[in-house]
Amino acid sequence: MTEAKKTPLLDELEKGPWPSFVTEIKKAAANSPSAQDLLGQLELSYEDKKGHWKHGGLVGVMGYGGGVIGRYSDIPEQFPNVEMFHTIRLNQPSGWYYNTKALRQICDLWEKYGSGLTNLHGSTGDLVLLGTRTENLQPFFDEVSNLEEHPFDLGGSGSNLRTPSCCAGPARCEFALIDTTDLCHDLTNEFQDYLHRPMWPYKSKIKISGCPNDCVASIARSDFSIQGTWRDDIKIDQEAVRAYVAEGFDIQGLVIDKCPTKCMSWDGNELTIDNANCTRCMHCINKMCKALRPGDDRGATILIGGKAPILQGAMMGWVIIPFMKLEPPYTELKEFLEKAWEWWDENGKTRERIGELILRLGMRNFLRAVGLEPVPQMVNAPRANPFFFWWPEETVQD
Amino acid sequence: MAQARTDIGPPLYKDMLPPICKENYGKWRYHEIIKPGVLVHVSETGAKLYTVRAGSPRLVSIQFIREICDLADKYCGGYLRFTSRHNVEFLVSEEANVEPLLAELAAKKIPVGGTGNSITNIVHTQGWVHCHTPATDASGIVKSVMDELFEYFTTMKLPAKLRIALACCLNMCGAVHCSDIAILGIHRTVPKIDHENLHKMCEIPTLTASCPTAAIRPNPKLKSIDIKADRCMYCGNCYTMCPSVQIIDPKNDAVSIWVGGKISNSRIGPRFSRLAIPFLPNNPPRWPEVVEAVKHLVEVWAANAQPGERMAEWIDRISWEKFFEITGLPFTDKHIDDFTLAQTTFRCTTQFKW
Repeated sequence: MTEAKKTPLLDELEKGPWPSFVTEIKKAAANSPSAQDLLGQLELSYEDKKGHWKHGGLVGVMGYGGGVIGRYSDIPEQFPNVEMFHTIRLNQPSGWYYNTKALRQICDLWEKYGSGLTNLHGSTGDLVLLGTRTENLQPFFDEVSNLEEHPFDLGGSGSNLRTPSCCAGPARCEFALIDTTDLCHDLTNEFQDYLHRPMWPYKSKIKISGCPNDCVASIARSDFSIQGTWRDDIKIDQEAVRAYVAEGFDIQGLVIDKCPTKCMSWDGNELTIDNANCTRCMHCINKMCKALRPGDDRGATILIGGKAPILQGAMMGWVIIPFMKLEPPYTELKEFLEKAWEWWDENGKTRERIGELILRLGMRNFLRAVGLEPVPQMVNAPRANPFFFWWPEETVQD
Repeated sequence: MAQARTDIGPPLYKDMLPPICKENYGKWRYHEIIKPGVLVHVSETGAKLYTVRAGSPRLVSIQFIREICDLADKYCGGYLRFTSRHNVEFLVSEEANVEPLLAELAAKKIPVGGTGNSITNIVHTQGWVHCHTPATDASGIVKSVMDELFEYFTTMKLPAKLRIALACCLNMCGAVHCSDIAILGIHRTVPKIDHENLHKMCEIPTLTASCPTAAIRPNPKLKSIDIKADRCMYCGNCYTMCPSVQIIDPKNDAVSIWVGGKISNSRIGPRFSRLAIPFLPNNPPRWPEVVEAVKHLVEVWAANAQPGERMAEWIDRISWEKFFEITGLPFTDKHIDDFTLAQTTFRCTTQFKW
């Protein structure tokens, strides 16, 4: 091990009540020369106010085109143990539920092959193993995928289907209107080839939330946002509503007045909801979950196009399928995804997300390609300009 | 050693669920927050699952993971989960185990909280720890901000929940574009081009196509490119495509602050975060200016918002001009959009406040 660099700047970040990442790196550094050098290089970054990683890095495992993010120090002569410091993405179990045996196995392997540092978890959802050398990638993958119990596969990276993720779902939440954990697992397995072998214009992400609270932020962070919803009436337990009020809960101020469609009323004894005008925002249910429950006719709304600013500006997903029943084996959803990806693969430019492609070619072309009818739920408002297209068959041709 | 098994996918979630979650799968009836960081979910069968939510720095060692596994073995039958904001959740099916677990977490200085009207964990990115394009660090700012706002993690005294996110460059990995308060690393200078090596390292058409403002043109004479400086707004996407276009500039790289984004559909629906502070200096290791600015925004919102009003709803009610007045933040030409949808953000009405 090289002589440890002093870290006065980072040492400051061991103070204070919030758990310290510097303490974590130091814990790992006790057994790991690469964690030790990471600390040293990071201290230098704090002095220089800039990162010390070289641009890019292409490494991986046999059979796959993604799953590993290569990284090389730009000052390896000073920090030889982070000359290579690659990240491995492991596909997390649905909903980030773990038993300790599964986690301990990963720790043991990562102690053997890596820096001992991790991210729990990456923003897309993967279990991120932070820092190893190229020659360790394949042996690690050989072992982790052959674990007798709870073997792990790699997650996604590159121009492919990224690792899907979902909220806590029906295993722990009363708001789960679809089986998010099962659907996430099912889609991940169905599309393993798309996930491991990049073949698309750019990345594509799926996130699944059990209700419109959207606890995995699917609308902002996935190209395909699947959010549980319902079509029938909210179930009201009037006794339980009265119990809330009896306990001093301000039902008028905190629920009725905040309803976005003003479709609720409270007469002091009975709560009434005009369900035809409810937009299922979840607010009243969130506030009074003992008294109000979503309806029984359940499925999902599917939104398309969510992404960060590069290149055409940040986008949130917009409604593309207002309601779809979602029961195993999820055939209708899979057919939709296949059609959307095929159209994008055919028409997308290099590094063009599906949302940007739809904006470039127009919703009408996308809808026609995937066989969807336009409905008003897709827009906030109809267009205000007169620059619209007609299909040839809609006009009289000579 | 056996060859890798490919295309096996993730471990099956069902094998990762505590028995109480399997038995009551889809049968949960309601939940309550017993106290900050502690939830109880009650099933139709009457079963009760206690969840203890603890803060984590996200960047953790295997020693930390083993430590929380020890706790899960001792109090949770060997089961735990992680949240979409990087917190750890201990899934406790025996009520009698809740207090001893809380006591042990307290002894280990692992904070419990992040529920209800709190400031929970900060969704963040790689920074100088592992990325090649950052304009700032992630872990260091997050630690500094959470230290300062710690009391809001362990209590539920705010008007509504407040989500903070950080991204170290405008690739905005994570949730920066839709958070109540967002911290974003920015560059402020035009990239420097290594004309000599560019053609060896980079694909020029991909490079020209990578620019949102079309500032990049091929320079066939040099087998390189030129950047029209007055069109470049320093997004760094060309550097992502090409190592010979160097955007990182420690003297000018900085931090910006955004407000008023949200994800959930409750009440007003999802919103983008919008620019509040265009420039704060990169000042490691504690980023005092950033910490102060975030704290100020939290405090001004908390003092002025009505019960249940998130940042965006508060600003909706009072107007942006009052937001700038009340927070005392200067409004600059940087705040006025000049990208593709700029006009949709202009004030096309005479309704405004003095």
